[in-house]
Amino acid sequence: MVVTRATLLLVCGSALAVGASLSRATILPEERSDAMYHSYDGGGVEVDGPSVLVRKNFKETVSVSANYYVDNVSSASIDVITSGASAYGEKRTEYSLGTDYLYGKSIISASYTNSDESDYTSDTFSFNVSQDFFGDLTNVSFGYSLGQDEVSQNGNSEFSEDIDKNNFRFDVSQIISKDLIIGFNYELISDEGYLNNPYRSYRFLSDPLDPDAGYQFAQEVYPNTRTSDAASIRLKYFLPWRATAGGSYRYFTDDWGVDAHTAQLTYTHVLYDNWFFDLKYRYYVQTQADFYEDLFLSPSQDEKDYRARDKELSDFNNQTLSAYVSYQRPLSYPLLDRAALTLQWDHIWFDYDNFADLTDASSPVGEETLYEFEADVIKLVFTLWY
Amino acid sequence: MKLLALLPLVVSLCACGIQPWVKPYERQNLSDPIMRFERDPIAGGYTNHVYQAREGARGAEGSGGGGCGCN
Repeated sequence: MVVTRATLLLVCGSALAVGASLSRATILPEERSDAMYHSYDGGGVEVDGPSVLVRKNFKETVSVSANYYVDNVSSASIDVITSGASAYGEKRTEYSLGTDYLYGKSIISASYTNSDESDYTSDTFSFNVSQDFFGDLTNVSFGYSLGQDEVSQNGNSEFSEDIDKNNFRFDVSQIISKDLIIGFNYELISDEGYLNNPYRSYRFLSDPLDPDAGYQFAQEVYPNTRTSDAASIRLKYFLPWRATAGGSYRYFTDDWGVDAHTAQLTYTHVLYDNWFFDLKYRYYVQTQADFYEDLFLSPSQDEKDYRARDKELSDFNNQTLSAYVSYQRPLSYPLLDRAALTLQWDHIWFDYDNFADLTDASSPVGEETLYEFEADVIKLVFTLWY
Repeated sequence: MKLLALLPLVVSLCACGIQPWVKPYERQNLSDPIMRFERDPIAGGYTNHVYQAREGARGAEGSGGGGCGCN
């Protein structure tokens, strides 16, 4: 169970409904079906599974989409190993339904997503309206999502907590010239409820005056609310040959003290009208939460004395290098327009500045080697347009 | 949030007097699929998923993007 997972649903679910409305203004999203195999391997965690997305349009005014998604998780992460727990496996299944309605120069979208796993369930409702202006050079979009999650704990039937999530989005897509487009995105996310992970622990010195006495673990203590703001700007430029160069930057801040910067550069090249190549580089860096420490001097005194040792809330950065290739060709079968096979590979380097690798037992307490790991992400997608 | 609520009205009023500076017949490059910020929605959504589960930041990934009001 990962607490941030429910937030993913909000974004993924809303993407179903909102997706192409931004990209192509006052036309419905294109009719296509995608079948994907995805795989993540890094830091002792392996996740893989299928995903299928089907979209069908009716009378050029209504579009309906459905998505089925599975995560098969096998985890022996640094948190699992150092807490003394044994490696575990679990499965998460997600269903989404979305619909878009085209009315004049507006698209009204709604979607519902359900995610279920042994210790976490989530229901997300999303609504979005987008409108074209200035001869379709500008698209403005507003969105809202409501997430209702239920957190439980395997092996503890008494434990059950709720989270309410509210997302507000505002997006603008603007054509600058016949070769340049920019996008601006803003999103406010507000969470309330049980926001920490019931399996995660922080560590504190057994004797604050004597580090050699070792350390102990205790369950993390988090605030019950979290509000964050994120704003991003993206641009894409069509080069003199059939290729594009792109860039993006996102700033993130929240009331837990986490500030983050994300920058990405992309280059896309087309060969022989059938082959599409993408190269991407992404850099991400964040500061740690106010209540994060790798090693606390003392245990939490009460429910307001927050304690976290979740590495996702620590000081760290990561870098990603991506290479994607896609082959697309027309089809001569009835009712089918074209097909594509796409292979995407991302390699990510994670580098933590204040999260110790506790498997380093040879170093004194508090002076252990800092943790780092690398991960590979593979996506194989088959697409049919009709 | 109040400013955001007023924005559609302001944009609507401004839209009355502005002529599009990129004509429909000049939008061939903009309508190319490679001008979309995300060409593969299912793969892009998964990539966001990978990052969100492992980073503190969230939101404003942009769920669509690129292209133009032509096709």
